[in-house]
Amino acid sequence: MNIEITVNGKKLRDEIDADMMLIDYLRSHGCLSVKRGCETSNCGLCTVFLDDKPVLSCSVLAARADGRSVTTLEGLRGEAEEFAGFIADQGAEQCGFCNPGFVMNAIALFREDPSPSEEKIKEYLAGNLCRCSGYEGQLRGIEEYLKWKKQK
Amino acid sequence: MLSVANYKRAESLEEAWELNQKRTNKIIGGMLWLKMEDIRINTAIDLSGLGLDRIEETDDGFSIGCMTALRDMETHAGFNGYTCGAAREAVRHIVGVQFRNLATVGGSIYGRYGFSDVLTLFSVLDAHAELYKGGLVPIREFAGMRPDNDILVRITVKKDGSVFSYKSVRNTATDIPVLTCAGAYGGGKLTLAVGARPGRAVCFDYETDPGSPAAAERVSADVCEKIVTGSNLRAGAEYRKHLAGVLTKRVCAELAKEAGSK
Repeated sequence: MNIEITVNGKKLRDEIDADMMLIDYLRSHGCLSVKRGCETSNCGLCTVFLDDKPVLSCSVLAARADGRSVTTLEGLRGEAEEFAGFIADQGAEQCGFCNPGFVMNAIALFREDPSPSEEKIKEYLAGNLCRCSGYEGQLRGIEEYLKWKKQK
Repeated sequence: MLSVANYKRAESLEEAWELNQKRTNKIIGGMLWLKMEDIRINTAIDLSGLGLDRIEETDDGFSIGCMTALRDMETHAGFNGYTCGAAREAVRHIVGVQFRNLATVGGSIYGRYGFSDVLTLFSVLDAHAELYKGGLVPIREFAGMRPDNDILVRITVKKDGSVFSYKSVRNTATDIPVLTCAGAYGGGKLTLAVGARPGRAVCFDYETDPGSPAAAERVSADVCEKIVTGSNLRAGAEYRKHLAGVLTKRVCAELAKEAGSK
């Protein structure tokens, strides 16, 4: 079937299989920040924005994104670089494998609520699993980032 | 593994219904549970182009389209105001925001899943499932019906002035619940629904004031005695029975508090 999806601001037209998942479509177009993790819709590693809402690209048919707009980490460069760089400087991550999904969802949170409470941060990012940081570093990093943004 | 030969974004409910009469075709909701199944679908029927992805509020109630995302239910001010925050409480523990942006109210209700927080909540609301051919069916009745080839179009909820509460227990954050409990109190009537037994939610009706500690004790003991629970990887039947009593009392206490502040 034929689809047309706007990926990171660029219109793409393709012929795809009906059961192709969005993650596979995006990776085939070089969006390698979109990683395959659990494939059970639990880990948040494959997070992308579908019409500005964070979703799990491992669980959406690419066909369902036909006519819609998709943003990956590659499309958020400036916004993501500032936050991801700050998190790295804070030593708030370890292996970094979960980072693209974590950064995407954190940006979705900041767009929705520029001054989230600790409880809201924890709740919003509950769908981003990290097997090495224990989340404390990430939480501290986010809180420091928000303080820095306010002072800036 | 899920395999789909064809995909069709339905242009009308009639078209979706006609396609859905073929056994090998299937309507896809959020697709999160479906994706985990080992299933071959000839035509995946998508209802996402029919404007059924929103909650509409009137003076008398709410109309919740089958494709409404759980996240939209979680953040809808009117629906949460009416349910005393029970709508948000019922879904906020489900995996993560990204998951809840995909999972749909219709998918959760249509699936009649035992673990469904959504079905537990709607069981205590004055709610009806609106079926394309079958018309309005009370949610409790719908939950007991065998799935057929009709289409769940929307859920309607009548405002009846009750107060509501929702509680659940999970072994770990974001996991499927070990037990769920929803309660409604209004007009002297107390309704409780207990789900994830692990079977689907069952309801208990009383004519009592949950604000009286003695009544809450009686209700809790009655639920414990009558409820049928089972064991699975998450919890044993006996533990679930005990939890049913605990959650029932907590829901009664919260209902009394909500009724007092109304």
